Amino acid sequence: MTEATTPDAQGSAQVPAVSATAPRRAAKTLAEKVWRDHVVKQGEGDGDAAQPDLLYIDLHLIHEVTSPQAFEGLRLAGRPLRRPDLTIATEDHNTPTLDIDKPIADLTSRTQIQTLRNNCKEFGVRLHSLGDAEQGIVHVVGPQLGLTQPGMTVVCGDSHTSTHGAVGALAFGIGTSEVEHVMATQTLPLKPFRTMAINVEGTLRPGVSSKDIILAIIAKIGTGGGQGYVLEYRGSAIRALSMDARMTICNMSIEAGARAGMIAPDETTFKFLKDRPHAPQGADWDNAVEYWKSLATEDDAEFDAEVSLDANTLEPFVTWGTNPGQGVSLNDAVPSPEDFGDENAKAAAERALAYMDLEAGTPMKDIRVDTVFLGSCTNSRIEDLRAAADIIRGREKDPNIRMMVVPGSARVRLEAEAEGLDQVFLDFGAEWRFAGCSMCLGMNPDQLEPGERCASTSNRNFEGRQGKGGRTHLVSPVVAAATAVRGTLSSPSDLEPAGTVAARAGATSASNVA
Amino acid sequence: MEKFSTHTGIGVPLRQSNVDTDQIIPAVYLKRITRTGFEDALFSSWRKNPEFILNQEPFNAGSVLVAGADFGTGSSREHAVWALKDYGFKAVLSSRFADIFRGNSGKQGLVAAEVAQDDIELIWKVLENAPGTQVTVDLESKLVTAGTVVAPFQIDDYTRWRLLEGLDDIGLTLRNEPDITAFEATRPSFKPTTLPAKS
Repeated sequence: MTEATTPDAQGSAQVPAVSATAPRRAAKTLAEKVWRDHVVKQGEGDGDAAQPDLLYIDLHLIHEVTSPQAFEGLRLAGRPLRRPDLTIATEDHNTPTLDIDKPIADLTSRTQIQTLRNNCKEFGVRLHSLGDAEQGIVHVVGPQLGLTQPGMTVVCGDSHTSTHGAVGALAFGIGTSEVEHVMATQTLPLKPFRTMAINVEGTLRPGVSSKDIILAIIAKIGTGGGQGYVLEYRGSAIRALSMDARMTICNMSIEAGARAGMIAPDETTFKFLKDRPHAPQGADWDNAVEYWKSLATEDDAEFDAEVSLDANTLEPFVTWGTNPGQGVSLNDAVPSPEDFGDENAKAAAERALAYMDLEAGTPMKDIRVDTVFLGSCTNSRIEDLRAAADIIRGREKDPNIRMMVVPGSARVRLEAEAEGLDQVFLDFGAEWRFAGCSMCLGMNPDQLEPGERCASTSNRNFEGRQGKGGRTHLVSPVVAAATAVRGTLSSPSDLEPAGTVAARAGATSASNVA
Repeated sequence: MEKFSTHTGIGVPLRQSNVDTDQIIPAVYLKRITRTGFEDALFSSWRKNPEFILNQEPFNAGSVLVAGADFGTGSSREHAVWALKDYGFKAVLSSRFADIFRGNSGKQGLVAAEVAQDDIELIWKVLENAPGTQVTVDLESKLVTAGTVVAPFQIDDYTRWRLLEGLDDIGLTLRNEPDITAFEATRPSFKPTTLPAKS
């Protein structure tokens, strides 16, 4: 443990300075090995004067919002899209979650979607459109199809591409110029990232989930703590998590400032991938598993920084402010700006409390919310829906709460309906929507009203993120569900025993909620 | 990307520091799906003011923007560079550029030339005393000339080389096309492809 390089809890004041280029050394960590295996051409020179490595990209994910200018760039330069067979597109950011069989009402959105369809047709890119069984949030669709696999490099014009690191891929978000670059060359010129180990040891208590792990990590290292690093989540608590739960953690690596987060592939990973549509078959499977096993970080590997979190004592976590690092345990109270030593953090807290309309010292559990949003690339997978359904089954919704459930993909929605989860949500009084990014970023009509307060399973609580003037508290799926029952921010342990089927609660979600 | 060795055009004095990308192009224009046609979006809030420099002849036909320090701060939107280029600017002079803006400029062939603030002040005076004065930005010699003022500018060697060669990042990468093809030949058979679709 190199405590000197452990960033400070409240912001970026003590985050170690990161030089532009990581030192060259033998590849011993997961991230370094995946990098090594994708270098088309190593950049000349060393240190800050080094030229970038040319890195091969195994999979390029595309959506409607950050791709139109990249496609146009190809057209203007007369370049083909080099590898349509390593490229896949889906419609997610700007799609409606109601009336998906009707033309999109908003003309700008409709044009943007139609442009993606035209571009994919022209360049031969596979597209899963609204209404298709494989449509959904790009970061739910990739793993679900078995297209994101250990040891791959995966990019997308979206910062939450880090999600795919859960299978042991090196996955990161890119800008529109880079999207075009990958389309044209299937490579990116990049300087190596540094490595940071996030060690999470112990056993999660009931009602505590992977969302709480990542929210606690972000609160610990700050929203800039991961800058310049690839995070590798390690330790017994991580190993015990399901793939869906691991994706929640890697997804929010970007909220800690890191470009990517990874988890070494293991039996959980292999079991998840086996027999998925694009998983290797037969002898290829055996060869793949052998390779995947070789990627794990070696015992004598060195990380550029290390951080630890105790899973045994972790409680459900919730944000009180306007960045994902402004979080506390649900049992705590709203902090006071005076609690922060750093002047910048103090000013940020003051501004956040004013925006959130909260008073210092208020117990978090006394905060009443208007809306509960269960969805987003962070928490919209089948286990998330099961975990929330297990909490609300046999219970009544607070009459003043609006609850919206948005599955991450059409496939997740179908799976949930096959299990009867849709009926659980509908009986509870929640809205059961079609798949997409929805209220996470409020680009489609799913938005908060000014002043409306939301308990959200998404990833960003920025001012106005879910709608102009909206107030967001980031929570796990079970906290979202318990909050919908009580009307105030709540953990499952706050609930009265449910009716006849209460015994089911927690039974099917053991993998995601310990 | 077109090669850039030298450019001469009307200089536009923008006596303002901290020109952020939200001012260069407001967020409302980011809904567009094209990479071109942003000329009307450039400084659109400021251009509502008739006094604004780009609303005055001959500055409205300018192609070298001479701005205050810390140009291009804030949002990473590449649209800011697209808007400047679409309007007709070939180069921006400032004593300090925000990193991301400078990076985006390099990708798009807009020269972000770092000129000492004292020299910026001299160039402003020339342009204001004789509106329409041509400014020459010579990338070979790394010199900017406006009337009697000749001043050196800074630009990093790698970006300068790429601009002189007329290579965007994609063009540069494609110089390694044989390496990419060779790398692709080693791709293990167990790695997935998106085509044909399987479900």
